[in-house]
Amino acid sequence: MLQIARWKVVSVLLAVLAAVVVVTPNFFPKAAVAEWPAWLPHQRVVLGLDLQGGAYLLYQVDRTDYIQKRLRTLLSDVRTAMLENPRIGYTGLSLQGQGVQLRVRDLGRLDDVRKRLEPLRNTLSTNLLAGGGVHEFDLTVNPDGLTRLTYSQAGLAERVRGIVAQSIEVINRRINQLGTTEPSIQRQGEDRILVEAPGLGDPQRLKSLIGQTAQLTFHLVDGQISSEQAGQTPPQPGTVRFPSTDNPSLIYEVDDVPLMTGEDLVDAQAGFEQQTNQPVVNFRLNTSGARKFADVTSKNVGRLFAIVLDNKVISAPVIREPIVGGSGQISGNFTVQSANDLAILLRAGSLPAKLTIVEERSVGPGLGADSIRAGKIAAVIGTILVALFMFSAYGFFGVIANVAVVVNVLLIIAVLTLLGATLTLPGIAGIVLTVGMAVDSNVLIYERIREEFRQGRSALAAIDLGFKRALATILDANITTMIAALVLFQLGTGPIRGFAVTNAIGIVTTVFTAFTFTRMIVALWVAWRRPKVVPI
Amino acid sequence: MRKLRMIPDNTRIRFMWLRRFNFPASVFLSTLSVVLFIFIGPHYGIDFRGGSLIEMKPVTTPYNLASIRATLGGLNLGDVQVTEVSDAVSGTSVLVRVQQQPGGDAAQEAAIAKVRKAFGDTVDFRRVETVGPTVSSELAYDGTVALLVTMFAILAYVWFRFEWQFAVGAIVATAHDVLMTLGFFVVVKLDFDLSSIAAILTIVGYSLNDTVVVYDRIRENLRKYKKMPLPELLDRSVNETLSRTVMTSSTTFLALLALFIFGGEVIRSFVAAMLFGVIIGTYSSIYIAAPVLIYFRLRSGRATSEGETDTVGAPGQA
Repeated sequence: MLQIARWKVVSVLLAVLAAVVVVTPNFFPKAAVAEWPAWLPHQRVVLGLDLQGGAYLLYQVDRTDYIQKRLRTLLSDVRTAMLENPRIGYTGLSLQGQGVQLRVRDLGRLDDVRKRLEPLRNTLSTNLLAGGGVHEFDLTVNPDGLTRLTYSQAGLAERVRGIVAQSIEVINRRINQLGTTEPSIQRQGEDRILVEAPGLGDPQRLKSLIGQTAQLTFHLVDGQISSEQAGQTPPQPGTVRFPSTDNPSLIYEVDDVPLMTGEDLVDAQAGFEQQTNQPVVNFRLNTSGARKFADVTSKNVGRLFAIVLDNKVISAPVIREPIVGGSGQISGNFTVQSANDLAILLRAGSLPAKLTIVEERSVGPGLGADSIRAGKIAAVIGTILVALFMFSAYGFFGVIANVAVVVNVLLIIAVLTLLGATLTLPGIAGIVLTVGMAVDSNVLIYERIREEFRQGRSALAAIDLGFKRALATILDANITTMIAALVLFQLGTGPIRGFAVTNAIGIVTTVFTAFTFTRMIVALWVAWRRPKVVPI
Repeated sequence: MRKLRMIPDNTRIRFMWLRRFNFPASVFLSTLSVVLFIFIGPHYGIDFRGGSLIEMKPVTTPYNLASIRATLGGLNLGDVQVTEVSDAVSGTSVLVRVQQQPGGDAAQEAAIAKVRKAFGDTVDFRRVETVGPTVSSELAYDGTVALLVTMFAILAYVWFRFEWQFAVGAIVATAHDVLMTLGFFVVVKLDFDLSSIAAILTIVGYSLNDTVVVYDRIRENLRKYKKMPLPELLDRSVNETLSRTVMTSSTTFLALLALFIFGGEVIRSFVAAMLFGVIIGTYSSIYIAAPVLIYFRLRSGRATSEGETDTVGAPGQA
C-alpha cells in the first residue's frame, strides 16, 4: 500500500500539473489571455447566465392557436371536396374539438365520401422511418352519415415537432439579423423552445422580436367603422375586421382573402420617407407577387388597402396609382428602431404559431458581477476556515489534507473548463461544499490510522491499514452522494444544474485525490521519515 | 503543539440507551413538521406558485421604500410584497414579489412589462424572474419525483452494498431528515422553490454519506465481534466513528457558513437549508440510523454464515 511505483508518482504529478495548466487562463483577464501565444491554453470556464448576466426565456408553442388555423383550412378543403362534381349533399359542416365534422345526407354514397376525403388525411413524413409517414387526421365515416376528420395522436405530435423546428429556424434568422448577441436556441421537451441570451439584462427587444408572429397580409379595405359600431353589427359576408394599431377604436373591415402575404416578400429594409423624413419599411416582392400587386392596384386606384401585421392594421394608404415595379413602402407610426425591427421580422419570415413565454429569468450585469465577487469571497473564506480547522486538528497531516483540497479544487475547475460545462452561482456553492466534504476523505483515513495505532499496531502498519480500510468506506459514502447529484442534474435547469455539475465533478475528484494524491504524499513522507509514532 | 480534538479518545456514549428519549422526540418533531408543512405550508416561491420575483436597486440613494410600494400598488397587480435585502457584497436592494396574475402565461409577462415601465430608469433591474402557471405545476411535480427517485435509488444501492436492514435504516434516517427540513422551511419562513428541492437532495446525499460511514463500521464490527450483543456493538460502532462524523460535519458547516454570510442573497435560502441539513443529517446518522437497526434482527440471519470471509475489501487496492 505504501510502496508506490515511480511511474504512478510521475503520472499523478503530471495530472496535477496538467490541471494547473488548464486552469491558468481563468485567473487572467480575458483580453490578456487572447494575446497569449497559440500553444498556451485559452479556454476558460463558461459562466452561467446568473454570473455574466443574461436572459433565460422559455417559450411554448401555442398549439391550439395553430390547430384552429389548420382546422379552418381543413374545413374549407372538405367543403371544396364535397362540392366537387358530382356534389354530395351534407349538413352541419363545423369545427368539432380537434377536428371537422359533417353529416352526409345521401347514405348510399358513403363510399364516395370516404374516397374524396381520404386525400385530406394528409400524410406527414417522419424523419425516423425512411419512407414511413403518419396521417395527420383520422377519418371516420359512420353508417348514419356522421363523418369526422380528427387530429391523430401521431399526426398532432408530428405537426408540433414541425412547428417547433420551423419556429427555431425563424427565431435564429431574426436574432442573427440583430447581430449583437449570440443566444443559444434549443428545443426543450415536446413543444418548448429555450432561448438563452448572455449579456442581455433587459431582454425587451429580444422578446418583442421573438414574440411577434409577424404574419403580414395585404387586404383591400371595404369600410371603416368605430369599435362601438363593430360591437353592434356582424361583419359583412366575405370580410373580416382588424383594429388599427395606432387607434384601437378604429376598425377596418377588409376582404377576408388577402391580396398578398409575407411569403411574397423577397426583401424588406428600413428607410426614410423622402418628403417627411419619417422612418418607413421598403419591401420588394417576388415575381408572382409583383404581378398580382400590379394587377390589383391598377384595378383599384382610389381605394384603401390595409397592411395587416398579426391581425392589426399598421397603415391603410390610398392606392394613388398602379404599383407595377414590385416594390412598395410601409409607412406607419414608426421609430427608427421599430422600422428596423419590422424589416428584420419581414425578412426572417413569420412564425408558424404563436409563442408564449412560460418562464423567464433575467439577471442584470450588475448582479452577475456581484455574484461572482460574492462567490469568490465565500470560496476563499470557506477554504481558509476549513484549512485552519484541519490544521488545528491534524497538524502536519492537516496540511497534507489542505494541499489535497487545493488540488481537488484545481481539478474541479480543470474538468469544468475541459468539459465546457457552465459555472453558476449555485455551482460555486457546490465547489465550496466540496471543499467542506472533500476533507472528509482525509478525516476518514486519519481517524482510521489513529484507531489502528491506538490498538497497538506499529506506525507503518497503522498507516497502511488505515488507508486500506478507509478507502472502501470513502467509495461507498461518495457513491450515495453521487446518486443525489445525478438526480439533481436530471431535474435541474440553469443555475441548479450548475450545482449538480460541480457537485458531481467534486465527488469524482475527491475520490481521485484520496486514492492517488493523498496516498502518494503520505507514502513519500513515510519513506522519508520512517516514523515510529503516528503524528495525528 | 496541542491538537484540537472534538471528541476525546475512548468516548463511550450510550446511544442505544439514549434512544428511549430521542426516538419519541424525533417521531414527534417529524410528525409536527408534516403537520406544519401540510396545514400551514411553507412560503412557496414563484417556481411552484407562479408569479414574478424582481430584485431592483434604486439608482438614487437614499430612496423611499414607501414610494416604491405606492408605485407598485398603483399597478393593480394583486398581492405585491416588497422587502429590503442586503448582503456584504452588493449592499441593499429591494425584492418585489408579484403574485401569479389571472389569465395564463401571457398575463405574467404583461405584469413584468408594467413594472418595468412604471420604474423606467429610476431603478436598476438586477434580477427578473417570472414563472407561468404551466411551468410552475410541472416544476412541483418534477421536484417531488426527483425526491422519490433519489430515495429509491439510494435504497437500492444500500440494499445492494449492505443488507436490507441497512437499506431500511438508511431510508428511515433520510426520511427523517427530509421531513425535518420541510418543517424547517415552514418555521423559518424561507422561500420554498426549486433550489429548496436541490438543497433537500443535497441534504439527502450528505446525510447518507454520514450514515454509510457508520453502517460500514457496523458491518465490519458484526464480522469482528460475532458474540457481542447488538446494542453494545452498535454503540461501539457509533462511538468509533463519532470523531470522524463530528470533524466532517464541522468542516462542511464552516464551508457553508462562509457561503451563507458572503455568498449573496441569491443563494442564501439554499445555503440556509443546507446548514440546517448538515446538523440534522449528522444527528440522524448517529441517533437514528444506527439505533433503528436494533429493531431489524440484524444478527439472526448472520450467525450461521460461517463460510463468509472477512473481506472488508479495498476496491482501489493497487
